Amino acid sequence: MNPQPIVGPEAEKTPELKSPDNAASVFQPHSFPLYRFFLEVTLLTKFTARYFKEVLKPPYEFNELIRQCYLIGYKSFPLVSVTGFIMGLVLTIQSRPTLAEFGAESWLPAMVAVSIIREIGPVITALIFAGKVGSGIGAELASMKVTEQIDAMEVSGMNPFKYIVVTRIAAATIMLPALVVIADTISLYGAYIGVNLKGDVNVHLFLSQVFEKLAFIDVLPALIKTLFFGFSVGLIGCYKGYNSNKGTEGVGEAANASVVYASLMIFIIDMIAVQITSFMM
Amino acid sequence: MEKILVEIEHLKKAFGSKNVLMDINLRIKEGENLVVLGKSGSGKSVLIKCMVGLIEPDEGKISVLGKCIGDLKEDELNQVRKKIGFLFQSGALYDSMTVRENLEFPLRELKSKKEEKDQLVVEALQHVGLEEAIDKMPSELSGGMRKRVGLARTLILKPEIILYDEPTTGLDPITSKEISKLIIEIQKKHNTSSVIITHDVECARITGDRLVIIKEGECVAEGTFTELQSSKDEWVRSFFE
Repeated sequence: MNPQPIVGPEAEKTPELKSPDNAASVFQPHSFPLYRFFLEVTLLTKFTARYFKEVLKPPYEFNELIRQCYLIGYKSFPLVSVTGFIMGLVLTIQSRPTLAEFGAESWLPAMVAVSIIREIGPVITALIFAGKVGSGIGAELASMKVTEQIDAMEVSGMNPFKYIVVTRIAAATIMLPALVVIADTISLYGAYIGVNLKGDVNVHLFLSQVFEKLAFIDVLPALIKTLFFGFSVGLIGCYKGYNSNKGTEGVGEAANASVVYASLMIFIIDMIAVQITSFMM
Repeated sequence: MEKILVEIEHLKKAFGSKNVLMDINLRIKEGENLVVLGKSGSGKSVLIKCMVGLIEPDEGKISVLGKCIGDLKEDELNQVRKKIGFLFQSGALYDSMTVRENLEFPLRELKSKKEEKDQLVVEALQHVGLEEAIDKMPSELSGGMRKRVGLARTLILKPEIILYDEPTTGLDPITSKEISKLIIEIQKKHNTSSVIITHDVECARITGDRLVIIKEGECVAEGTFTELQSSKDEWVRSFFE
């Protein structure tokens, strides 16, 4: 038979694998959470493998990729900027009393900058991104599935996986690092404002204190991990949406599951990244 | 000799314990409009989805335009699919695209100039009487208009076979009649063969050269509208009352 899209239509062929409600036999493996977990992991792995296969194979959907970069990246810019600013400001205000207790107030810009660049900026931005973009992708694809738009692409001889899934995952992977750089920058501006609420530090001094303590090893791993954050947000959103099979109810479920699992993946990737960075240092 | 475009032999499909299709045998001739009637949930939509490879049957053989669907590789199947039009129940228009973009989408791989593609889009919309809706978004269209645009998108690749999944469901009687007449017009104009899945008897009367009734996954009756209307089987007759 034709090589079907791994998750959606394959599940159509074997719905007993997808939906426990359809299971025929008395023994229903789906009732075991561990079985469901491994099944989900297997399907997600196949989905990921298909992504890598399709992303390299021409023709490339550049126009759609650019459109998705605009929708996923540019349209997330205001939210990420506001969050970044508040993040820097609040972190500075909250850290000041503790540092003041030890007479280390002058360390405030450097401490805040290292915290933001290394950890808080990438993770918080990725979580915001998962909430906005991941849920959006999940809901959009699930809704396309419900309204048979994905089937319509398939029967017109197009490859819906390439057009819909590959472009969204690639756009999420490209755009999140860019958003994190912007969020970090705005966050440092928020920190500067925070420092000056109870002090008088000029921009030059603030920046010199920041860059004095920031090393290459702080910036690069943080940026590399955001590529993985973006990829996982796009991948999980697409997987949940493309795999949705429960009508309109499935749209909400896909959106919800996309955010939950993408957020979880962000923390898992972060934990692994921290271990690798610590090992390198 | 009449050319057979679609041949279905001993088709079976089950979802879990539910047998949806049980031993379906059908032949569709060139230029013929075949109506498949049946109650909701009788497996009509599954049947046409099997015909385009959207659902893989458990058993049986489906040949479309001389090619066995089950034996085709992805690229070969896509080539066959380009010769088959499929009108989905909801129209399945791409929400994020305008009507023009929806119609241009199947033409993406066509190596022709933009002007030629524009001409094809306009012609397809003229066929369904909706050229004024070219720059509208699907959300701005009524149910009947969405079906017409869906039909225009189906027609744009000039398919040899068109599969209609409940073309009149959810429409008022007047629009339903218009869509049914449009199906006939398209068949006459392009000499296409069609499979029309419906439970709308009026649509079946207008469009069908031959009717097949599916009950619990099996073809229980076959004939012209008049023949089936006067069938000896009470259940078959009840469809037309």
